Amino acid sequence: MKEAPRWKRASGWVDLRGRREGGLAFLLMRLTGIGLVIYLFIHLYVLRLLAQGPEAWDAFIAMAKSPLFLALDGLLILGILYHALNGVRVTLLGLGIGVPHQARLFWGVMALTLLVTAIAAYAIFTIAG
Amino acid sequence: MPTWQLRLLRGRPGGSPRLEIYRVELPAEAYLIDAVEKIWAEQDRSLLFRHACHHASCGACGVRVNGRERLMCITPLREFSPDRPIQVEPLRHFPWLGDLLVDVSPMMRRMAEVGFAIVRQDELTADRPLPEGIERITRFEDCIECGLCLSACPVMAADEAYLGPATLAAIERMLKEPRGGDTARLLTLADDPHGAWRCHSAMECTAVCPSNVDPASAIGRLRRRLIAERFRRWIGGGR
Ligand code: HEM
Ligand code: SF4
Ligand code: FES
Repeated sequence: MKEAPRWKRASGWVDLRGRREGGLAFLLMRLTGIGLVIYLFIHLYVLRLLAQGPEAWDAFIAMAKSPLFLALDGLLILGILYHALNGVRVTLLGLGIGVPHQARLFWGVMALTLLVTAIAAYAIFTIAG
Repeated sequence: MPTWQLRLLRGRPGGSPRLEIYRVELPAEAYLIDAVEKIWAEQDRSLLFRHACHHASCGACGVRVNGRERLMCITPLREFSPDRPIQVEPLRHFPWLGDLLVDVSPMMRRMAEVGFAIVRQDELTADRPLPEGIERITRFEDCIECGLCLSACPVMAADEAYLGPATLAAIERMLKEPRGGDTARLLTLADDPHGAWRCHSAMECTAVCPSNVDPASAIGRLRRRLIAERFRRWIGGGR
């Protein structure tokens, strides 16, 4: 094996082989973090429609009520919840608090994320749908 | 006696590595190290791997077993089924020397820089009469410098300059009991973007450590200490 190329080494964090809850939590944290940054820019791009008057905004809102868009809202809530809840977990663990319980905390974060996302998705589809 | 299948990563730097199947007959009470040694002894003397103690104290026999970091000498064969190959690969994040062998010197150099391992009078036996012919009983640290934690750490994959869990745990241990050592130097070493702050709490180090070092908690304690030192400097207007 030649010295692995730089990109290959730099992408080693994506490799979940041989890793457990903690490694999975870290991977999801990074992916949701990157996702949220991308979403932030999309969000700002969309908000700029407000400056183009009511017609442009109303046209967007009509599109935003399509089932596809509502599903994407659900995905966003899923990502935000996971990132924020695991953020609390990681903050504690990073200071050495609760390390023996880290896997259970991860499953707790997952359960809470899925539960609240399910409630939110129900609300979104019954109110907007 | 069952026949075990081992799928070993074979090859040398410069060539293309491949996975090869070997079959060995051993009782279920045997350990993975026995199987690898038997392959070496009876089938291929060119097989590269490391071991010494056979009882989880030298730290030499770390590999990845079915992807997961383990010590071969305490991995019992009875954990596996003879029907499915047991895949054995070298540790990650170390320079590869061939087959199951990696160069652990980058880690060893860092441990030496910290002043590890501490060798001290064993406090449990300090005031007991020593057995005939024994002059002194010393106690070694828990960390056996096996490198499993470095291999398991996803941050290590992306940052070669990261001090790594074992070394950070060693720093924390030295700070707890410096005995005249240079604590300011150790704190500076840890207080670095590639030091205690690089950890992303993936917790894999503590999960794989075969020796209960718990590097993840040690890194947490080290960070608390660094934060406290920083507050002290601000309040004292110091340094
Ligand atoms: C309640 C809100 C949030 C909390 C509690 C939180 C918490 C955290 C924590 C603790 C980390 C460090 C993880 C690690 O050490 O690996 C982190 C990373 C990150 N966060 Fe957040 N975050 C929040 C909101 C956001 C938002 C709104 C964005 C994007 C706009 C974001 C983007 C990121 C990114 C890109 C990373 C880096 C991930 C990495 O390097 O692996 N976060 N967050
Ligand atoms: S901290 Fe544990 S896993 Fe890491 S080198 Fe020491 S004994 Fe091995
Ligand atoms: S041979 Fe010494 S730790 Fe396994």
